[in-house]
Amino acid sequence: MMRSILFALSVLGAILGIVPSLFAQEGIAPPARSAQTFNPEISLDGLFSAATFSDPDHLQFGAHDPNKRGFTLQNLELTLAGNVDPYFRGEAHLIFGLEDGESFIEVEEAFLTTLSLPYGLQVMGGQFFTRFGRQNPLHPHVWDFADQNMINTLMFGGDGLRSPGVQLSALLPLPFYLELIGSAQNAEGETATSFLFAPEETFAGRPILERDVHDEGDLLYLGRIKTSLDLSESVTLVAGTSHLFGPNGTGENTSTRIHGVDLFVKWKPLTADHGWPFVTFQGEAMRRSYEAGEAALDDGTVLSEETFANDGFYIQSLYGFARRWVAGIRYEQADATDPVDPASGERWRASSNLTFYPSEFSKIRLQYNYDNSDDRDDPIHAVFIQYAFLIGAHGAHTF
Amino acid sequence: MRPIFLFASFLLTLQIARPVEAAPVNVVTTTEDLAAIAKEVGGERVEVESLAKGVQDPHFIEAKPSFMLKLSRADLFVQVGLELEQAWVGPLLLGGRNGKIQSGAPGFVDASRGITALEVPAEPIDRSAGDVHLQGNPHIWLDPMNGKQIARNIAEGLKRVDPKGAAEYDRNLADFSTRIDAALSRWQERMKPFEGAKVITYHNSWPYFLKRFGLVAAGYIEPKPGIPSSTSHMREVIALIPREQVKVILMEPYFSDQAPKFLAEKTGAKVVPLPPSVSASAGINDYFDLFDLLTNRLAEALR
Repeated sequence: MMRSILFALSVLGAILGIVPSLFAQEGIAPPARSAQTFNPEISLDGLFSAATFSDPDHLQFGAHDPNKRGFTLQNLELTLAGNVDPYFRGEAHLIFGLEDGESFIEVEEAFLTTLSLPYGLQVMGGQFFTRFGRQNPLHPHVWDFADQNMINTLMFGGDGLRSPGVQLSALLPLPFYLELIGSAQNAEGETATSFLFAPEETFAGRPILERDVHDEGDLLYLGRIKTSLDLSESVTLVAGTSHLFGPNGTGENTSTRIHGVDLFVKWKPLTADHGWPFVTFQGEAMRRSYEAGEAALDDGTVLSEETFANDGFYIQSLYGFARRWVAGIRYEQADATDPVDPASGERWRASSNLTFYPSEFSKIRLQYNYDNSDDRDDPIHAVFIQYAFLIGAHGAHTF
Repeated sequence: MRPIFLFASFLLTLQIARPVEAAPVNVVTTTEDLAAIAKEVGGERVEVESLAKGVQDPHFIEAKPSFMLKLSRADLFVQVGLELEQAWVGPLLLGGRNGKIQSGAPGFVDASRGITALEVPAEPIDRSAGDVHLQGNPHIWLDPMNGKQIARNIAEGLKRVDPKGAAEYDRNLADFSTRIDAALSRWQERMKPFEGAKVITYHNSWPYFLKRFGLVAAGYIEPKPGIPSSTSHMREVIALIPREQVKVILMEPYFSDQAPKFLAEKTGAKVVPLPPSVSASAGINDYFDLFDLLTNRLAEALR
């Protein structure tokens, strides 16, 4: 297959007159470099779970959460990545999903990143996860828990916040790591909840308008500052603040702002055996103010302009206590009083899990959630068994 | 359009305003062994720093943001290659966003270039074989003759990014190679009485070293590279030790000594901690110290 593609390319090149001149320079036949060199890194990861809940009407709203009793295909992700040329690296993540027996495909991310702009600058363009906080940009197969954080689901919807756009970031020439990130993205579609999309048809009683992009004010803007310090050779800290600003659909000029802070600390001894032992601590808090516009409803009621504010946080800790074994705990709380979250009222959830990694390319996870919401009489108990595999050449993950 | 134009002219101004001075060439290597060789070749003209510490397993280094910062300032980047650093170098190079050292750029050096890799899989292979490297075993620096080739590769890189220093780099390279040749005959002399001796190693880190000094790996503690030992595999190794007359079990200091100790108890073979890198323990300050320690310690253990 590869050989015939290469053949076709050289024929095309010959027609265009490129290839002969290139090879003439060297005075040799077409170079016998292996086709492997030009292949993108291709990988496929599959994430599945078996779940049971004490109440079938549970509160798992993340699109990749184990969300029913029985088995769920949480994520099947095909990743293609590689350097495009000396200037760009390209990366695409395609999701295959199953819903009620029907298969679907989704473009999760597809973007290119510059490799060599001067002054520590980097531009990213395409469809990508907004670099808000720590959890939002992560693909489900690297999540530390079987399900998405409540606050992320509340603010950014089941799939996380992602959209086509462009991002500029700068690594500042300072003695420590300080990165400034700014992005502009489209604000519509179901991967931009809190903005032009609302999961329900209405928000706080107001119908959601069809709002097209008229000018630059209708885009979604992110500003993020991220810093990292090595507190010692075995302790590293990463901290950041993120700020989002974008239009929402409750009026012609209404907007949403989301602010967040995030912290990550990892301890790992210098001489860790295959990466073990380690301890991580991670937390994120977010606050949203959603400006709902004035609305005259069909029944004659007039809703005046109003701003809804809500917030929430999670904290979690992982302990890699023995080679291949990781235990985790997580506590979360969110003020879920608006219709963006189908569950209303104050909600808190405590989770614990135990993960076994046979190798870097597979994992088996057992998780228990105690889920408590104000609008319910009884808490919900949930148990998940999650299992995952990764085949192919998968790029390394960032810290 | 105007803001873009302004921004571009701002960048140009910065470019022009940069002071012209003979700053040392900033070399960042992935491992201490490469750093030690880069210091030999670069001499006074370079400042060298390694991302991994000698006490660390170079397969499992974390892509820490502070490393990206180091790469953002590097003039030359040197990696071992053969996928040794596959799990962590990619995000660092991308995050460092330094055009001078991206793969293919003049400031990028793959130290394995021109070295004949051992254990290149003869047949198509997949991960059921463990962490097997498709391009061959990456622990190339553990043969001093490969050290000479690594030095040549680094010298080429240095000449590309700092042509003014070419004569000096060539001189340093020639000097280093001569000293390696001299030291190698000393090391080989030391190991000569033990030619053909069989050893057990923990990870398959030593093929280059063993081949150069005439030793043989009779088995490994890992049943497959990167895969932890199992009871049945341990049983096989226990049987193998007397059969093959293995006297020593070599282990890299960063692995758990549980399995090696167990083997030693069962068979009477000796556990010999063997640091595979410069600066992995006190007294290994350069590439020569490394082989001095390795050959001394092995010769003593095999006696």
